[in-house]
Amino acid sequence: MTTQFFGERILRNEDPQLLTGNALFVDDVHLPNMAHAAFVRSVYAHARIKSIDVSAALQREGVIAVFTAADMGDYWQPCPLVVPPPPIKDLKFNERTQLPLVKDKVRHVGEAIAVIIAENRYIAEDAIADVYVDYEPLEVVLDLEKALKPDAPLLFEELKDNVAAHVIQQKGDYATAKTKAAVVVKKKFFYDRGVAAAMENRGIVAQWDRRAQQMTVWDTTQAPIPIRNGLAARLGLSAHQVRVVAPYLGGGFGPKVMMLYPEEVVLPWAAIKVNRPVKWIEDRQENFFATSHERFQTHTSEIALASDGKIIGIRDVFLHDSGAYDPYGLTVPINSQCTLLGPYLVPNYYSEFTAVFTNRTIVTPYRGAGRQHGVFVMERLLDMGAKELGIDRAEIRKRNFIPPDQFPHNHEIIYQDFAPLTYDSGNYAPALEKAKKMIGYDAFPAEQKRARAEGKHLGLGIVSYVEGTGIGPYEGARVTIGTNGKVSVVTGVGTQGQGHFTSFAQIVADQIGVDVRDISVVTGDTAEFHWGAGTFASRGAVVAGNACYAAGQMVRSKILKLAGEVLEAPESDLEIADGKVTVKGQPDSSITLGDLAGRANPMRGAVKPGTEPGLEATAYFGPSSGTTASGVHAMILEVDPETMLVKINKYVVVHDCGKMINPMIVEGQVHGGVAQGIGNAFYEQLFYDDNGQLLNASFMDYLLPTANDVPHIDIGHEETPSPLNPMGVKGVGEAGAIPVGALFAQAVEDALEHKIEVLEIPLSPNRLFELVNAEH
Amino acid sequence: MNTISISLKVNGVQYKKDVEPRLLLSDFLRHELDLTGTHVGCEHGVCGSCTILLDGEAVRSCLIFAAQADGCELTTVEGLAQNGKLHPLQEAFREAHGLQCGYCTPGFLMTLIPFLKENPSPNEAEIRDALSGNICRCTGYQNIVKAAQLGAEKMK
Repeated sequence: MTTQFFGERILRNEDPQLLTGNALFVDDVHLPNMAHAAFVRSVYAHARIKSIDVSAALQREGVIAVFTAADMGDYWQPCPLVVPPPPIKDLKFNERTQLPLVKDKVRHVGEAIAVIIAENRYIAEDAIADVYVDYEPLEVVLDLEKALKPDAPLLFEELKDNVAAHVIQQKGDYATAKTKAAVVVKKKFFYDRGVAAAMENRGIVAQWDRRAQQMTVWDTTQAPIPIRNGLAARLGLSAHQVRVVAPYLGGGFGPKVMMLYPEEVVLPWAAIKVNRPVKWIEDRQENFFATSHERFQTHTSEIALASDGKIIGIRDVFLHDSGAYDPYGLTVPINSQCTLLGPYLVPNYYSEFTAVFTNRTIVTPYRGAGRQHGVFVMERLLDMGAKELGIDRAEIRKRNFIPPDQFPHNHEIIYQDFAPLTYDSGNYAPALEKAKKMIGYDAFPAEQKRARAEGKHLGLGIVSYVEGTGIGPYEGARVTIGTNGKVSVVTGVGTQGQGHFTSFAQIVADQIGVDVRDISVVTGDTAEFHWGAGTFASRGAVVAGNACYAAGQMVRSKILKLAGEVLEAPESDLEIADGKVTVKGQPDSSITLGDLAGRANPMRGAVKPGTEPGLEATAYFGPSSGTTASGVHAMILEVDPETMLVKINKYVVVHDCGKMINPMIVEGQVHGGVAQGIGNAFYEQLFYDDNGQLLNASFMDYLLPTANDVPHIDIGHEETPSPLNPMGVKGVGEAGAIPVGALFAQAVEDALEHKIEVLEIPLSPNRLFELVNAEH
Repeated sequence: MNTISISLKVNGVQYKKDVEPRLLLSDFLRHELDLTGTHVGCEHGVCGSCTILLDGEAVRSCLIFAAQADGCELTTVEGLAQNGKLHPLQEAFREAHGLQCGYCTPGFLMTLIPFLKENPSPNEAEIRDALSGNICRCTGYQNIVKAAQLGAEKMK
């Protein structure tokens, strides 16, 4: 009996280890003679460093060494650029990457200046206060518009301004098209900063084995292979002399995919210097300052609509806050620029952005990675246009959807993967209809009226979005059948809770006819698999998953070929199931996969020319462009008119990520994304004072949504397979988080009877109160 | 270095150790006893990842000094499964997909154990309230609530 694992709600293979406290996280690595690191970090947002005195720290008992940039010699050089800018005409990009330890000038609070290595973490942290840094404070750059004024203070004097990048992308001719519009809506939108706040902070353990000339690094990274490559290059070692292990990670969400963070450069070097293993575990406050942020943009946008609500064109000019450096290139603002177009036909589009250096922590992708901002702008413009034209808000979306017969759909601009923004497949109207039904769209006006009569302010929101997922360059996987019949699947991506140990096993289990529990998946260890890019951009299931699929198919061919010889039967007569190969109709004529694996690796005789030993295969998958997932979110919320507290009464997600490998895992991804979206929309905001000091760098003051804040989420599935891969899958990691700000804004306006216009995210009770009162 | 001699029982095993007065209980469990299942998420008592049982009550081990646990009986997540068999609440978490990265999970389990003992048939609102001091960044809580309901059934 063949069991199908693909598409089933298979319980996760990794859970028992995680549930019993036996999964290895980076801070669980204990090595003999291990020393501990703590970083001296800038207390100013912008200051020149006049001198650093570490002498007192060196005298503290238990301190082994203190290093500054001056100690690093030739090893000191700026961190690498993770993603170069895409090939867009006339693009301007000023590459300025982070520094391992700052030499002469700090550009944000929390920048690393020195590292202390001590016998334990307590002593290392004590010694931070012993290091005297003489600063000359400089005027800070925070406001994006002021940063671009001619008299603004400069982060990089040699650049003459604070422009990190300038990009224009367009299709059609907006200016001309606009003259035919029935309505033009023009608004200014703000989307402020937040943090990913993975429950596990970052951490690194570096061990230099001088006898083996081998560097081993345990790192909370989503991309162990690029870290290995970067470290080897820097340390002057061959790639095989550096092993990077990303064990279990306590959440990633994007910020753990910097390559490299300053600490990742410093720790391995320091381990060689002190000739001892060194561990650094970030604390929560450091995480707020030293791990990347996301989201601050201001958009000046307009939409031109025909009288039937059809989009004639959009013009969007925005400023993007890069923070103090721009190591991740233009991924975030390019995502904003591209994702703004959403599931809609937009014949004319003019989009221009300026990325700006400011004295704040760097901005790199965090779940959604710029997509939120684009979706917020587009959905708000549609809401406002619909209102002016007197068209129902769901209807205006439906009228503008790209029809199913127009795929693949090329938007004629360049996406973050450097390929033209082309949607592989999509069918948007059914998802909208399903969401309307699930939320009770048609019955809502009556319900709202009834509630209003009782003094309750109910509001409904419904928005659409797309999510570019599954981009290249490639991932690989190796599938091996052991002589015990157990199977190993090894891939280079890291894993941070997405269930790869199960979903990859499901893919392979179907190919080679074994139980999913007999497959062990290894991820994130460069010694096990050493080609690949990493887990980001909702690409694990699509890219690594399809590599697993391909490797599984190759092993299947090997199984059939060898079993045919052993069982003396044509391959077409064989079936593989339950861990053995059987000749159809002859249950006695069979061989287990374990025995077959033994025969594939003989101790006598010869492996035939043109064949390889073992039942093993390695395969790669490199998509030419990404897959485009999509969805609709809808919610009904209630605003308390006195306190402005918001309660979400109902939340619906209808999403389409093509074929699902494991619906249970997919739904979990959506739930988590929505929770982060709700945090982003109503709870989480980073507050800076005029000196560039972050005022709420703790979980006491930065409000993460709790079990009382995140509602039950009803999920509906649509399934439009991707034509770009044999499994038909698309990514889902970011879908839950992307449209929540836009949704929240629409629903709150609806609840407050359009007394306010929401042009910004995040909101809060405080901010809503201000907005409502400003209107009076 | 001043040390204090402490004696305590963790997961049924008696330990006698000399510790620095300022050593946090979370660090003591993780780094002195190698019980690394207790996780540290914020070190200031907000996230709940480090929750353990101290004399049967759920407490945050990052807010207590090891020395304060002298003479106490502790249970950590490693003490839940017996003879290689998952505790019913652990089983419920697996069946309900109540964990993703699993980092906060030990804290949720250790918060729920005394809660479900005291309130064996909680409704959803009570469960959400009981869990409101534990932060999870992956699941959106929905399946954790489901796991708590399922766990309550299994534990009866």
